[in-house]
Amino acid sequence: MHVWSRWAIRLPSVAIALLVAAPILTLTFSWVSIDAQLWLHLWETQLPQLVANTLLLLGGVAVGVSLIGVTSAWLVTAYDFPGRRFFELAMLLPLAMPAYVLAFVLLGVTDFGSPLQGWWSSTFGVAQIDVRRPFFVIAVLSLVFYPYVYLLARTAFKLQGLRTMEAARTLGMSPLRSFFTIVLPMSRPAIFAGVSLALMETLADFGAVSVFNYNTLTTAIYKAWSGFYSLQTASQLASLLLLFVALVVIGERLSRKGKYSEQAIPPKRRVLSGGRRLSAVAWCSSIVLVAFILPVVQLLHWGASRIEYFDMNQLSALLGKTFLIGFIAAIASVFVASTAVAARFFANSNGLRFIQSFSGLGYALPGSVLAVGIMLVATQLDHWLGKSLLMGSFIVLILAYVIRFYAVAAGPMDAAASKLKPSVIEAAKLFGLGRLQQWRRVMQPLLMPGTSVALLMVMVDVMKEMPATLLLRPFGWDTLAVKIYEFTSEGDWDLAAIPALILILLSLIPMVYLMRKIEGEET
Amino acid sequence: MINLTFARVTLLAAVAAMTGCDQPVSQDDDILTVYSGRKEHLVKPLFERFTADTGIEVRYITDGEGPILARLKAEGEQSPADVLITVDAGNLWHAAEENLLQPIESNVLEMNVPEHLQDPNNLWFGLSQRARVMVYNTERTSPQELTTYEALADEQWHGRLCLRTAKKVYNQSLVATLIEAHGYEDTKKIVEGWVRNLAADPFSNDTQAMQAVAAGACDVTLVNTYYFGRLENESPELPLAIFYPNQGEGERGIHVNVSGAGILKYAPKPELALQFIEWLSQDEAQYMFAELNQEFPVNPNVPASDQVRAWGDFVADDVNLRVAGQRQAEAIRLMDEAGYQ
Repeated sequence: MHVWSRWAIRLPSVAIALLVAAPILTLTFSWVSIDAQLWLHLWETQLPQLVANTLLLLGGVAVGVSLIGVTSAWLVTAYDFPGRRFFELAMLLPLAMPAYVLAFVLLGVTDFGSPLQGWWSSTFGVAQIDVRRPFFVIAVLSLVFYPYVYLLARTAFKLQGLRTMEAARTLGMSPLRSFFTIVLPMSRPAIFAGVSLALMETLADFGAVSVFNYNTLTTAIYKAWSGFYSLQTASQLASLLLLFVALVVIGERLSRKGKYSEQAIPPKRRVLSGGRRLSAVAWCSSIVLVAFILPVVQLLHWGASRIEYFDMNQLSALLGKTFLIGFIAAIASVFVASTAVAARFFANSNGLRFIQSFSGLGYALPGSVLAVGIMLVATQLDHWLGKSLLMGSFIVLILAYVIRFYAVAAGPMDAAASKLKPSVIEAAKLFGLGRLQQWRRVMQPLLMPGTSVALLMVMVDVMKEMPATLLLRPFGWDTLAVKIYEFTSEGDWDLAAIPALILILLSLIPMVYLMRKIEGEET
Repeated sequence: MINLTFARVTLLAAVAAMTGCDQPVSQDDDILTVYSGRKEHLVKPLFERFTADTGIEVRYITDGEGPILARLKAEGEQSPADVLITVDAGNLWHAAEENLLQPIESNVLEMNVPEHLQDPNNLWFGLSQRARVMVYNTERTSPQELTTYEALADEQWHGRLCLRTAKKVYNQSLVATLIEAHGYEDTKKIVEGWVRNLAADPFSNDTQAMQAVAAGACDVTLVNTYYFGRLENESPELPLAIFYPNQGEGERGIHVNVSGAGILKYAPKPELALQFIEWLSQDEAQYMFAELNQEFPVNPNVPASDQVRAWGDFVADDVNLRVAGQRQAEAIRLMDEAGYQ
């Protein structure tokens, strides 16, 4: 192969890595000067508490998502009980629920003055209680982010856990013991991958924690910025946050050690009966109820009382733009991710693999930090060009999403690519197909399942994204998430209900495709 | 599985729609560009009325103050923005401090906007006022017991006070004016007293704090008037009422703040920008601007809405609002030190 064409095929991977590197470099350069007074102040008054809060949140969410994700994944793969097929898909529904929406809804129904509190205090004659405790924040984030663990753990259990467990059972091990000594360790890489996704989302979350006034490093970044007007100190705090991200990433990488063979077999489920059956149903239904159904009902209730506030043209414009942005960004991300796969096939190297995994870091950066970095780069380029072309343009917005969600697109694509057998490509070569033909006629169709999952997941994420959309959107490109921000930041939760509902429904469209695919896998 | 043809067709449609919506605006057109820290639903009706009155189109983005100022700084002379609209004098002061605004020579504005609600160098003008007042539970306390912001630090309020988070600029501005009046150390004692008296951790917004007061978790809180107005409309049955503090003989009066506007230094169309801000300071727009959010007009000749007038008259602190900006960082430090989260 010609040198130039090897490079041409690597170009998109290099470009995306550079784009991810730009905001990270901006953060690093923020350390050239330090506002010592401000740092001293932060150190004396805030920082220890912020770090402690952040660690508590991370630990709590790690336990929470593992507990919910692993138990429910195990229940739906290893057992049979009434509604299992429904729960198998319904457990994914919270993916369509933005964290900031679940936070304001759950707080809205349990906070002071809510009907629930009124009932509680009048029935038992006690004072209303303050629910805004760390436990509640952890519970909310766990309920939103557990599907990552659920999705990956479920696949792992299906692929290898069950058969090994059956072997262990025939050797006389109890089901519980074989689960803990065999299935869990074997599925550990998948579970850790899910947990690390959940933790990155947790670190990046601003909306949900600020509803509870729970202070983390991420809220401190905003405070340094909006209170002290020190974008510099904000960037420095953000690079501290990156250290936490690095910890999570390293932890996840370490857990990947130890390979296992994957072979899908139709699982033989044990039929539950009696009390166990009841508790399995109760567990699954209470999670779906609290994380999805009740919040949607509450949103409907709020929304119904304020529907006259909105006009239909405005809502349909919001809906259309949100969908369009999600769709275009998803196509763009998947395009970039598939060029990455192609580059690995035709022009692999260690350097290439490194820059590709580096590009995944965009997902771990808080959206606001990433957005500022991109803004600074875009405006700098505009100054060079002598014309305001990039900032506030559609292209930059889409690029921002690609940078942020590249990892989400790359995950399923890479998984699909890892199942491609070299012999298939060899056969294609033998038939004399050129590289383009090899790609279009052989690989692309084989990658299609991964491609469509990537497309759908990126789309859901982009439509929910808030801070980058706020900062980088062109004039007139308000999305549903922007609208939700405008209402919730003023505490107008009942007004936020309608855009929130539409956003959830809109996210359900790609979700339904995703679920269909998952269901399709089974048969 | 996604149908590829379908995907291609949608993409084509998308690109067509994009180019349709995203056409570059020619500089000659009568289009004014506004960056707004005020939310869309509070400014859009005004933009529409302005367009109807003058034929000048308005395009805008809304975002938080931090991102907007960072964006203006980064865009520099290439910024398309003509007007900055935002809430809180602290934010306006920062925009001025960052050298983002240009001085406005306007007799109309000087006439319509009182001295203490505008920047001394005419970089920005207030357009609506909001007062930060006490809201109390009418079943658990009475106006006789309430006096001043400072007195909420007293022992008698132990376990009876609720507050919004110190991260909100409204509280930062209030504390900034307290520092101006009492000095750093005495103000710190006051804020420490507030923190000691808290019945619950600070809330993320004023409405939550009022709900807690109504639920009996505490007896009194500090909120901006319009939040009370909104809650009053939604749940008139709640046992809540407004109290104007610091009204006694020789006292400072209540803390008022503004939302306001300025012309950006690199505004491509400064004349349109001036025309717009002057328009905002006049009768009809003033009434609308205030009424949309149950605030008080800055123009003394324009009455507030009926609901707002029903809350009664008050004496306002007439310290120049630039203090809110000058002392904002100091105020945040003080609140951090006092443990006000």
